[in-house]
Amino acid sequence: MKTTFREAMRAAMRDAMQRDERVFLMGEDVGRYGGGFAVSLGLLEEFGPQRVRDTPLSEAGFVGAGIGAALGGMRPIVEVMTVNFSLLALDQIVNNAATLLHMSGGQFNVPLVVRMTTGGGRQLAAQHSHSLEGWLAHIPGLRILAPATLEDARGMLWTALEDPDPVLIFEHGSLYNVAGELADDAGPVDIDRAAVRRAGADVSIITYGGTLPMVLAAADSLSAEGIDAEVIDLRTLRPLDDDAILATVAKTHRAVVVDEGWRSGSLSAEVSARITESAFYELDAPVARVCSEEVPVPYAKHLEEAALPSVARVISAARATVGQVEAVAGHA
Amino acid sequence: MTPPMTAEERAALITARPDQARELLRQMLRVRRLEERCVELYSASKIRGFLHVYIGEEAVAAGVMSALRPDDAVVATYREHGHALLRGVPATAIMAEMFGHAEGCCRGRGGSMHLFDADTRFYGGNAIVAGGLPLAVGLALADRMQGRDRVTACFFGEGAMAEGEFHESLNLAALWDLPVLFCCENNLYAMGTALERSESQTDLALKAASYEVASWAVDGMDVLAVEESARRAVEAVRSGGGPHFLEFRTYRFRAHSMFDPERYREKAEVEHWMERDPIASLRGELEASGLLDADGWASITRDVDAEVDAAVEFAESGTLEPLADLARHVHSERSTA
Ligand SMILES: Cc1ncc(C[n+]2csc(CCOP(=O)(O)OP(=O)(O)O)c2C)c(N)n1
Ligand SMILES: [Mg+2]
Repeated sequence: MKTTFREAMRAAMRDAMQRDERVFLMGEDVGRYGGGFAVSLGLLEEFGPQRVRDTPLSEAGFVGAGIGAALGGMRPIVEVMTVNFSLLALDQIVNNAATLLHMSGGQFNVPLVVRMTTGGGRQLAAQHSHSLEGWLAHIPGLRILAPATLEDARGMLWTALEDPDPVLIFEHGSLYNVAGELADDAGPVDIDRAAVRRAGADVSIITYGGTLPMVLAAADSLSAEGIDAEVIDLRTLRPLDDDAILATVAKTHRAVVVDEGWRSGSLSAEVSARITESAFYELDAPVARVCSEEVPVPYAKHLEEAALPSVARVISAARATVGQVEAVAGHA
Repeated sequence: MTPPMTAEERAALITARPDQARELLRQMLRVRRLEERCVELYSASKIRGFLHVYIGEEAVAAGVMSALRPDDAVVATYREHGHALLRGVPATAIMAEMFGHAEGCCRGRGGSMHLFDADTRFYGGNAIVAGGLPLAVGLALADRMQGRDRVTACFFGEGAMAEGEFHESLNLAALWDLPVLFCCENNLYAMGTALERSESQTDLALKAASYEVASWAVDGMDVLAVEESARRAVEAVRSGGGPHFLEFRTYRFRAHSMFDPERYREKAEVEHWMERDPIASLRGELEASGLLDADGWASITRDVDAEVDAAVEFAESGTLEPLADLARHVHSERSTA
């Protein structure tokens, strides 16, 4: 069946609400307006205002209420319009959702799913272009997902709802209109393992979410010049799938990590550190990274493009990683 | 709500100060025409990102700005082109900013939602709902601590009143007796969420008053009423009367942003409010009182159109910030050494 990332997310929510009475959706403008990004369009008409609840502008309040409802036996899907506004709810996410199970000695688990849009690339300037999933992946107690394909858009939500603990789903704004084929019987998928999106032998390009299409495009170009890239989609940013990361490095011996977050203290830093900790002797070249420039994302198109990762930057990082090795080998 | 003026009172007010009424009309028209052009330029892809226009609500910014002194401060939202313009930010710099050009008031880094200007003490656009309120409290705190008699005017939508930052800000301002004028632009909707579906207490002035902040509701479609209430409130704030809150009852005629299919309101409701267009209303009153003739109106529109044309021309001929400067202004330049 032909579908889009947006429709696949919507199908996942519809499916979840049909499967389980306890599942409900709440957030700003999810109902009447049809969702800030039209993901929930039509669900109010289908499930009514009890289960598709418009909230006032009160991110701390309704995310916290989601935590409370989860404690009380419901299975809330809380939509925070974008990660930028989730900053107003960080206290609830970090101090309550992530800690209650541990602080209560295992008594109170929080089966909550929070969905939010992330990322830049639409000339919305600094306050609306954050990629903060790497930040939240720092927090023990949370599971962080980043669907990048139609299968994952369709399948991650249900598995997340079955998780007894809080799960945050980051949907990159550039993915919603991605269209393609999805199997008619597409359903829940695992939320534990990374996926090999393109097998290759020369260099591993490791990424997730919004930058996956960019990396796949770069891999195509690289193959035309004889560089066979393997593309890894992390899918789950916390906990990271160490086995998949180490396996690909053991295969290609070179790694480029692509992450729209800023380089300093980023998810890419964590991936890179794990490679050097656990696969140092497999490496034929230093781990390379392609991240956003260390600047609040600017409005002007040419500045924004220069600030964010691009196909060209991924290609040159991969080339350098492979080239460097050849130079060293030639020298020896 | 402040008692509405009778027709006689209005006529008397206009006749007593016709120049002021004509000036308010001109100011509202500057915003209207600038934004109408912005919408066209958005469709032509010259302006990108999010664009939220203020069309229908111009009386609020026009009335409040005319009550402020040049050394006062203004904090606004992402729907702030009109506030910036009427505060004195040049139309050229605003338009160039929306084009993403180096000649823009933020060198192309902010865009429509984040206009800033130090010369006019315009502390921004802010794309985070309610994000500006604590800033306004702090600006006022600085004035208070340094013994200055300046006022900080803070604009926000009624949607912002559900956020914690609204409550924390009102409480602080009242507790510390700070010179802030809180200007709530109640246009009845926060994106698609109607006031009665977001507030348990829809009498917003009453809600603000619970913080011991002097509060009034004002007809925000009537620029004279806005000007009058703002002038009184600013005087009271400046003379040590503590923070004040004005709820301006207004309406946006256009969609929330350029991406809004407006599924949440009836056309008839929009049309009803458009009958109260603040610009057409005042123009009609001035004409009826014989204080504005066809030549007078023509001269106002000519000047305003010339200003907007010049702004677009300036923006069109602007330049791009060099890529080498991408990371400038992340830290202050003196501290980079
Ligand atoms: C904290 C936060 N949450 C959500 C949004 C998305 N958003 C942008 S404008 C808006 C509606 C705000 O309504 P209101 O305060 O009434 O101002 P208006 O747009 O009507 O002028 C929303 C929900 C945001 N920008 N910031
Ligand atoms: Mg509003």
